[in-house]
Amino acid sequence: MSKRDFVFRIGGAAGDGVSSTAESFAKICSRSGLHVWTYSSYQSVIRGGHVWTQVRAGMERLLSHGEDPDILVCLNQATMDVHQGDVATDGAILYDSDSIKLDPKRLRSNVRPLGIPLRKMAQAISPNALMRNTVALGAVVRLLELDFRHVETAFRDIWGDKKPEIVEQNIRAAKDGADAVASLGGPLALGLAYPNVPKPIITGNEAVCLGALAAGCKFLAQYPMTPASSIMHWMAAHAAKYDVVVKQVEDELAAINMAIGAGFAGVRSMTATSGGGFSLMVEALGQGGMTETPVVAVLVQRAGPSTGLPTKTEQGDLNLALGAGQGDWPRAILAPRTPEEAFVLTAKAFNLAEIYQTPIIVISDLYLGEGHRTVDGLDFTVPIVRGMTASDGGAMSEFKRYRHTESGVSPRAFPGTKGYQFIAGSDEHMESGELISDVLAGLPEFVEERRRMMEKRMRKLEGLRKDTPPPELWGPSNADLTLISWGSTHGPAREAILRVEEREGIKANHLEYPTLFPFHVEETAAALKGAKCTLAVEGNYTGQFARLLRAETGIKPDHFYGKYDGEPFSPRDIANKILEVVS
Amino acid sequence: MRTEFELHTYKSEIKPTWCPGCGDYAVLNALQKAIHALQLEPWNVLIVSGIGCSSNLPHFLSTYGFHSIHGRAVPVASGAKLANPDLHVIITGGDGDGYGIGLGHTLHAMRRNLDVTYIVMNNQIYGLTTGQASPTSEKGMKTKSTPTVGVIENPIDPISLAISSGATFVARTFSGDVKHMAELVQRAIEHKGFSLVDCLSPCVTYNKVNTYDFFRERVYYLEKEGHDPRDVRAAFAKAIEWPMIQRERIPIGLFYENKDVPTYEELEPALRKGPLVKQPLGIPDPDELLREFL
Repeated sequence: MSKRDFVFRIGGAAGDGVSSTAESFAKICSRSGLHVWTYSSYQSVIRGGHVWTQVRAGMERLLSHGEDPDILVCLNQATMDVHQGDVATDGAILYDSDSIKLDPKRLRSNVRPLGIPLRKMAQAISPNALMRNTVALGAVVRLLELDFRHVETAFRDIWGDKKPEIVEQNIRAAKDGADAVASLGGPLALGLAYPNVPKPIITGNEAVCLGALAAGCKFLAQYPMTPASSIMHWMAAHAAKYDVVVKQVEDELAAINMAIGAGFAGVRSMTATSGGGFSLMVEALGQGGMTETPVVAVLVQRAGPSTGLPTKTEQGDLNLALGAGQGDWPRAILAPRTPEEAFVLTAKAFNLAEIYQTPIIVISDLYLGEGHRTVDGLDFTVPIVRGMTASDGGAMSEFKRYRHTESGVSPRAFPGTKGYQFIAGSDEHMESGELISDVLAGLPEFVEERRRMMEKRMRKLEGLRKDTPPPELWGPSNADLTLISWGSTHGPAREAILRVEEREGIKANHLEYPTLFPFHVEETAAALKGAKCTLAVEGNYTGQFARLLRAETGIKPDHFYGKYDGEPFSPRDIANKILEVVS
Repeated sequence: MRTEFELHTYKSEIKPTWCPGCGDYAVLNALQKAIHALQLEPWNVLIVSGIGCSSNLPHFLSTYGFHSIHGRAVPVASGAKLANPDLHVIITGGDGDGYGIGLGHTLHAMRRNLDVTYIVMNNQIYGLTTGQASPTSEKGMKTKSTPTVGVIENPIDPISLAISSGATFVARTFSGDVKHMAELVQRAIEHKGFSLVDCLSPCVTYNKVNTYDFFRERVYYLEKEGHDPRDVRAAFAKAIEWPMIQRERIPIGLFYENKDVPTYEELEPALRKGPLVKQPLGIPDPDELLREFL
């Protein structure tokens, strides 16, 4: 048997150490030089329930978390009951032979049952119940013939020099697990040659943090909300080292308003949340647009509506981001497809926010934000462009904070700068900042001035359109079908396209949008000009992007595939849809 | 006293649009006097307000200002102060803004003890929206939103809330005595930590109950009755006198002051090297950081 990648899945109850074991395994794989992609299916519960994590690893760059596991580790009976039928032909199921029953009738052909007394073996070394995971991990490493030294370094990383006895116990447990495989048929013999050159592995949320840090973010205010919380966790852990003020505040209203206050005072600032928190932020985002204050808001989507499925993924908040805030104000919405792009676009968001003096939204989702993936070529030296400042606006005596300009961007003064005092107003105002709303609104001169101020601010959209990445058409130009997607759907869609070409000879390509707004109308029209058939694929019910596409260009996708069950797209899902559409 | 900045230089060219007789004129004058007495450089003063009649105040002074949205002046000011602690940050607004829609922020800012001054122009009514009940409206007060039996809720007591929430300078003053108000505002700005100055600022148009005369007949000065603002128990006792216990005598002056509490900015590790606005940007050690992910 020869494969280019494999899928590992481990399941149990919350509190069983599923995700930490999977994380160790992912690190072992990335240090073996493999490309890695993880997906955790968890629940809104701290103990109990059923959770599982999937780790896919391979010799080439991966595009999704994959589908059927080659190796399944069951930490409880529920995992066996739910997943045993999923295990791929020639795969293996590892389970505690003392407490878990396997049903041979439900297995696919040639799946190898590996019953090992995990708990008993672990207890021989330590009373710690989680040690059984280590026994299983050692067995899996042997099944895949990975280099055992990566197991040792993984344990040293976790417990370090502080608890050497725990490191030693875990190494012994893992070795016992590995040895047990020998008497149960030996390794799977996948034929993979591991390069053992480590690859960096990060989550989409960590990539956002790195992009922010590289771009000079000095301020983060946030309120905990899955799946955005790990942005605050990472930033808080690195705050003292990189001199970033990181604050957990009383609510999302405070988070965005504090970030706006910091942005007004002259530091690069950010907030992050999921849909519920973003809903609370919309009024203040409009305030950022009106007062022309830079801020970056990261929206990591989860399944709505309302509290929805807090631990599940969706792309259902595009309408929310597009429509955030009353009235019209200029914004950009960037939608990274990969962790690398999450890094680049977050860094870019900080430049755009200051150059155009307006809030910039980075929209991601649970699948991208929380999944671990190996990455290539993160360049931490990003250009930092602060945009027009007061001294660029001519003489101090002529300074007008909201001066009408061709670009719509006006000279900006930071509080503390002598001679440039002004008032930023959330009310409509004139060039000087003086209010129009109170005693001037409706007077003919100020009807005109209101119109000019609106147009000045909205002119920024033209610059933002030029400065944001256009859609990318991936795949053959003479395709029979063109898929259209945004954000994290990119990977599974590409993999589906590769699969239908290889297996069915179907030629499809893929129009992908790293920028959702301002909409790239001309590039879209050019890319779809010769399209024979189009299929919009996105993780929501109504086709929020498809509707935006139609509103902006008049192009209605021929077919729509929406997914709103909480699970990420798999290549199989999309491949099946392609077959349905093409036949 | 140095007089680098004359009193009038703190005024902007924009004239207030408040009703004639509005208590907010006194607050504006008191604030102007206070920053003049302290000779603050106008460009190092940032006044942040919310929405409401009183929140127009920043426009009438020559400092930096941020006229924010309803109820959010406090977080905007907090973000600005953390970004640049060298700024003198003053928050101005009304009772609806600070004790109603924005109360959560007010309490949390106080428990942080940020070094900012919050001046609340408390007129016990919603003025700009033409006369609805406010969180400090007296029980029984008839307003546009409570026309039949009047307000049936208890009023918020900002003074005891502030003391219990961790504010380290808590005062009340009255628009009928600008001198007293200016002195307290000046001390509030000088105070290191969160200072709340609740200004009884009559609304001559919509509040016909809590008028200048109402207050003139009732206010008395804490400092004249030997109140010790360092005594937190005495401060609470004075705080609950009005409106909780009775409505005939209203204490004004400094209720509570604690000079020994470190400010939030002093406790924030990221500010040890100075204001964020003056710090270098970017990642100084890319290789070391990348190793975390290997």
